[in-house]
Amino acid sequence: MPDTSSRVDEVRGRSLTGRAHWPRQWLVSAPPLAYLLVFFAIPAMIMVIASFRHPGEFGGLAPIVEDGRLNLTVEAYERFATDPIYWQVFAKSVVFAGITTLACLLLGYPLALLISRSPRRYRDILMLLVILPFWSNFLIRVYAWMIILGPQSAFTRAINAVIAPIGLDPVTPLFSSFAVVVGLVYVHLPFMVLPLYANLEKHDPALLDAAQDLGADAWRRFWRVTFPLSMPGVWAGAALVFIPALGIFAIPDILGGTEDTLIGNLIKQQFLETRDWPFGSVLSLVLTAIALALAGLAALIARPRRRTTV
Amino acid sequence: MALLDVRNVTRRFGDFVAVDDVSFSVNAGEFFTLLGPSGCGKTTLLRMIAGFDAPDAGSIVLDGIDLRSTPPEKRPIHTVFQSYALFPHMTVAQNIAFPLRMAGKSRSEIHAMVADALGQVKLTDKSARYPHELSGGQKQRVALARGLVNRPRLLLLDEPLAALDAKLREDLQLELINLQKDVGITFVYVTHDQTEALALSHRIAVMNHGKIEQLDEPSRIYSFPTTRFVADFIGHCNLFDGDIAAASPSAGGTLVELDVERLGRIRALASGGVATGTSGSLAVRPERIRISAEPTQASEENHYTGHVRDFLYMGDVTVYIVETTGGHRVEALLANSAAGRTQFFEAGDRVDVAWRYDAGHFIAG
Repeated sequence: MPDTSSRVDEVRGRSLTGRAHWPRQWLVSAPPLAYLLVFFAIPAMIMVIASFRHPGEFGGLAPIVEDGRLNLTVEAYERFATDPIYWQVFAKSVVFAGITTLACLLLGYPLALLISRSPRRYRDILMLLVILPFWSNFLIRVYAWMIILGPQSAFTRAINAVIAPIGLDPVTPLFSSFAVVVGLVYVHLPFMVLPLYANLEKHDPALLDAAQDLGADAWRRFWRVTFPLSMPGVWAGAALVFIPALGIFAIPDILGGTEDTLIGNLIKQQFLETRDWPFGSVLSLVLTAIALALAGLAALIARPRRRTTV
Repeated sequence: MALLDVRNVTRRFGDFVAVDDVSFSVNAGEFFTLLGPSGCGKTTLLRMIAGFDAPDAGSIVLDGIDLRSTPPEKRPIHTVFQSYALFPHMTVAQNIAFPLRMAGKSRSEIHAMVADALGQVKLTDKSARYPHELSGGQKQRVALARGLVNRPRLLLLDEPLAALDAKLREDLQLELINLQKDVGITFVYVTHDQTEALALSHRIAVMNHGKIEQLDEPSRIYSFPTTRFVADFIGHCNLFDGDIAAASPSAGGTLVELDVERLGRIRALASGGVATGTSGSLAVRPERIRISAEPTQASEENHYTGHVRDFLYMGDVTVYIVETTGGHRVEALLANSAAGRTQFFEAGDRVDVAWRYDAGHFIAG
C-alpha cells in the first residue's frame, strides 16, 4: 500500500498557510473590495482633498496646483472650529434624528409585532402596505404633509377645535420643528418596521409558550423574552432611521420654519448657494465622523455581554 | 385522592376528533406515560393539561380544583418541551432562574435553588454558558432543571428525548428515572417510543385515534395487551386471527381452540368467559416461541413445522421469520447467548416452531 501520510501532511500544510487557496479567496473578496473602493473610498478621498482646497472664484474649487506649488489650506477647518454655530446645528440635528428614531421605534415596534403575529397569509400583504408609500415620489409625499399640517386642513382644524375650549390660540403646525419631526418620522418609519419585522417574524413561538408555562404573564413575556430577543432588529432599525435622518435636508426645507436649519441644509447651502465647496466638504466629513462614532457606540452597547450572575 | 383527574375530555379540530372522551387519573409521585403513534391525541391532551388548549367537553382537575379558568402561567404545572425552548438570550443559570423570578422569589432564594438544580442535573460548571454552546443532552438537562426548579405539582414532558441519539437517550432515561424518584414530582410523559415508555413508566396509557386503548403497568401492557392495536404497537407480536371452535373452562380462564386459516388449530388460554364462535386474535410474543430443528411432542404445546424464510441478526438476539407448511408466517426470537454460536439456522432450514398453550393471550374482536 502506498504511503499517503506525507501527502496528507502536504495538503494540510498548504491549506493551513492558505497559500494553496489564495486565487480563490481573491475571486471571492475582490468584487466587494472593488465596490467599496469605487463607491466609498475614492469619493471619501475626493472629499477629504476638497476640504483642504480653496474655493473657486465662481463656485467649485480653485486649481490644486498654482504657480508650480500645491495650493492647499486649512481655512475651512479653522472656520468650523472658531464658530460655535456649526456645532449647535450639529447638536440640533442629532437631537432631531434621535427624536425621530425614538418615535419610529415607538410607532414601528407595535406595528411590526402585530404583523409578525398575524396569520401567515396576511403578513406579506401587510408588509406590502408598509412599503407601499415608496412607490410614489418622496417629494410629493412630503408636499402632501404641507397640506395636512397647513392652516386649512381637517387635521389642523380638529386640533384647534380641541384646544380652543381650554383657552389656547389656534395653531398651524406647518413650518415648525414639530412639522419637521412629523415629516422625518413619516418618511423613515418603514425603515424601522422592516428590520424589526424581519427579526420578530423569526422568533420561535415555543419560547413564548415556555415563558407562559413557567409563570410569565403577557407583560413579562414581552419584556423578558420578545423584546430582548428583538434587540438586533431594534439596533438595525435605529441605524437605518438615525443615519439618514441626521443628514436629510428636503424635509426641514419644505416643512420647517426659518429656525429649523439642520446640518443637511447647511451642507446643501455650502454647495449650492454660498458655493464654498471646501467648507461643505468639512461639514460632510464631520457628519460622517459623527454618524460613524454613534454607530460604533451603539455597536459597543449592543454587543452581547456575558453575565455570570443570575 | 388522585393528583390529576382527566374526566371525559374531548377536543375536536373541525371534523377531526383529536381527543375522544378520555378519562384517567394520575396519582401523586407517579411516572405516568401517554404512549401512541403521532396523531393519536397525546400531545393535544398534554397541551390541554398545560393550559395552552381547552377541552371542548369534559374537565381537567388538579388537586380537586377544576383548571378550566386557570391560564397556563397560573397553573402549578410546568412543561419540558420537545424543542427544549430554552431562552437563547439567557445563560443556563438565568434560564433555570426564570420560573423562580416569575414566582417572585428573593435573590438569595433563587441563587440557592438554581445552584441546587444545576447540581441535580450535573451542570454546575455550565451555569454561565448560553444554550447555543451546549450539546443536545445538556440542553435537555437544562430544560428539565428549569421545569423542576420551582417544584411544580406536575411536570409534563413532551417527547423530551426524541431529538437525541440512541446511546444518549438510554443514559438520560436512567437519569430521568432517578431524578423523578429523588424530587418526587409527578411526571406525565408523552412519547411514541414504546421501549422508552416501558422502561420509564409506573403506568402507561396507550392511545390511538384519540382514545385510550389500554391503561396499565408496563409489564401488564406488554404481556397482556387487551386490544389488537396494543399488541401490535408494543413490541413485536405474532397475531393469529381466527374463530373459536371450542371452549372449556379451566384454571386460568377459558381453554379455547382457535381455527386459524393457513395454520390450523391453536390451543390457547383466554381470560374470562369466551363463547364458541367468537372471532379474535391470539397474540404471542416472538420470544415465547421456541424454534428447534427437531420436532418435540410436549402435550401442552402448539407446534407447527415450516422453514426459515428470513432472519434478522440483531446482535443480542436473532429474529427468525418462519413460514409454516400451511403458509402462515410466525416470528420467533432466539437469544444469541450460547457460547461460540452466532446463528442457529439458515434461510431455508426446516424447523419446528412451538409455544405453550398459555404463552399467548386471546384478544376478542
